[in-house]
Amino acid sequence: MGRRRRGRIARGLSPWAAALAYLLLGSWTAVVVFPLYWILITSFKLPVQVYAGPVYLPFVDFWPSLHAWRYIVVDLRNDTLRPYVNTVVVSLTSSVLALVLGTAAGYGLLRFRYRPRLGVVLQFVGSALLVGLAVGLNVRWEIAVPAGGGLFLVLWSTTRRRFHRSMANEDIALWMISQRILPPVAVVIPIYVLFQRLGLLDTWVALIVTYTAVNLPIVVWLMRDYFRNISLELEESAAMDGASPFRIFRSIVLPLSAPGLAATFLLVLVFSWNEYLLALILTGANAQTLPLTIAAQNATRGPQWWYMSVLILIMIAPVTGMAIALERFIARGLLVGALKG
Amino acid sequence: MLVFLSIFPLFVSLYLSLTRLEFVPGGFALRWVGLANYRKLLFGIEREHFLGLLAGPSPVQRVALGVIAIGLVVFLARSLRRPERPLAGLLGRSLWAAAVGAVAWLLARTLLPGGRPGTLVTTLTYVGVGVAVQYGLGLGLAVLCAQQIAGRRFFRVVFLLPMMITPVGIAYTFRILMDLGKGPFAPVWRGLGLAEVSWASDPWGARIAVMIGDVWQWTPFMFVVLLAALESQPPELLEAATVDGADRWQTFWRITWPQIAPVTATLVLIRIIEAFKIVDLPNVLTSGGPGTATESLTLHAFIAWRTLDIGGSAAVAYLLLLVVTLAVLAYLRLVRRRLTEPT
Repeated sequence: MGRRRRGRIARGLSPWAAALAYLLLGSWTAVVVFPLYWILITSFKLPVQVYAGPVYLPFVDFWPSLHAWRYIVVDLRNDTLRPYVNTVVVSLTSSVLALVLGTAAGYGLLRFRYRPRLGVVLQFVGSALLVGLAVGLNVRWEIAVPAGGGLFLVLWSTTRRRFHRSMANEDIALWMISQRILPPVAVVIPIYVLFQRLGLLDTWVALIVTYTAVNLPIVVWLMRDYFRNISLELEESAAMDGASPFRIFRSIVLPLSAPGLAATFLLVLVFSWNEYLLALILTGANAQTLPLTIAAQNATRGPQWWYMSVLILIMIAPVTGMAIALERFIARGLLVGALKG
Repeated sequence: MLVFLSIFPLFVSLYLSLTRLEFVPGGFALRWVGLANYRKLLFGIEREHFLGLLAGPSPVQRVALGVIAIGLVVFLARSLRRPERPLAGLLGRSLWAAAVGAVAWLLARTLLPGGRPGTLVTTLTYVGVGVAVQYGLGLGLAVLCAQQIAGRRFFRVVFLLPMMITPVGIAYTFRILMDLGKGPFAPVWRGLGLAEVSWASDPWGARIAVMIGDVWQWTPFMFVVLLAALESQPPELLEAATVDGADRWQTFWRITWPQIAPVTATLVLIRIIEAFKIVDLPNVLTSGGPGTATESLTLHAFIAWRTLDIGGSAAVAYLLLLVVTLAVLAYLRLVRRRLTEPT
């Protein structure tokens, strides 16, 4: 309580500044809310009312109807529920996986030196495996072998630079972010073929693995920056007291970076929740996710705005709940920072 | 497995970009065509689509290009004068100069009257304008929300909302919002006498519509990450600064800014990369039209893919990869120098 009041004195705003702040925040709120409001009222309109021209206020301008809601929730119950469950399972699993792997990798990249000898062996084995699999998947071996060799050389030369200067970790981080650069359009066909060969098309596994791979670089990069802000002395004193690196990571680093974790988790969750292109290619009827269901409402008779609005609304609801829950967590970050001092 | 997922497709699509899909009796076959797909994009029939219609030489353009060329030569000459720079450094710099020169040449040729920007320039516009606007808005809102004002929790949650909607959904939402006859702003358009003129038939109008949608959707991304960064800075520092008599402006630039700079660097990098991949909005809003005015590179690749021109699609995707890599490397060079200088 005491520290809260101190904060207000230190950073309190004058009335004019506060009014200006509210004006700015309020206008952006209007920009944000208006399209959502429009979706909301569209979901209660009959097709005739949508096509007649714009009407704004329910009960005043038009009489709301539950037509679209009944169609989506009751008539198509199973066709709505299945993609819903798919979306929830796939996005939750892949974001948790990406967060766990990415946080560990981000911390490792920041605090530990990369060991080159072991790395080279792993790289060689990895490249050889890739070539083997590529040949197995009907790629011509004249192309696969030089490609594998080239890959190994590239990996080797980037990591070897550590002997000249201690930039290896930066290089690995850069290499990881570069995975994100490739436009999905370029890789969907090979990924499709890959999962087809593995017999995993139209399953949760295919989507989860792909989304985890896609989201991992973001987690690594963001978490690395949050970890960088944590003071090294704290960790060193813990190490002096005999705590193992894993323990330091779990009981000091993780709690201190809670705001970062929350924000990153939210981002990754939203990315996989809303992903469209990869889901379009990798799924059929069984593992279909919600974005596809929404796009499917653009039928031959033109876009079915009313059904679409209902779907968008029921799709936003859970993520919004998650955002509200995690927002509390982000705000707690201030308190965690205060506990430290 | 994860590495496998990301590298294996890279090589396969490189291979695809050098082939052409052909239907043969009983199925289809990939025919090796070498660099034909790339040649078509850069010099052949697809050049207007990819690079744009090049304007003829004009005085304005000559002057602009001349100024840029002189700037680049000065830049190179300065690096020559430093004796400690090895030859490799000079080579690297010449490469950068060439890249900058090429972009400037392309912009000058296509944006001036008489030219018409292709998908490459359109994508660069989306990325440059979009990321800058989103970062500015996101930072401003995050700073406002980090203040001690009543109701900030409400604003925070509301500002996050656009990010929760799937891009396809947003695209359809904006399509109905911007509908001149049935959208909510129809009376406004009519009042302005614009009901007959459609933004969708004007290239820049359509591009701006796409960018508005993009900004609406992605400002929250900037906002949430910057807010988390602002919240995790130690409050003691801010209080100490206030006690020492620093005003708000000084506090921000001297204390807050250095602390959020690393997150900023990463954030902008991620957004640049993501922005290059914009596809849903132009596809749904305008289908890339009028003509190809709002077509981004990813959409270009997607349309090529849809028409079974898989080789051409992979070629566009690879050129996109090249452009993004260059942009990211340039950005990293710039940022790393700025970030390491003060320490």
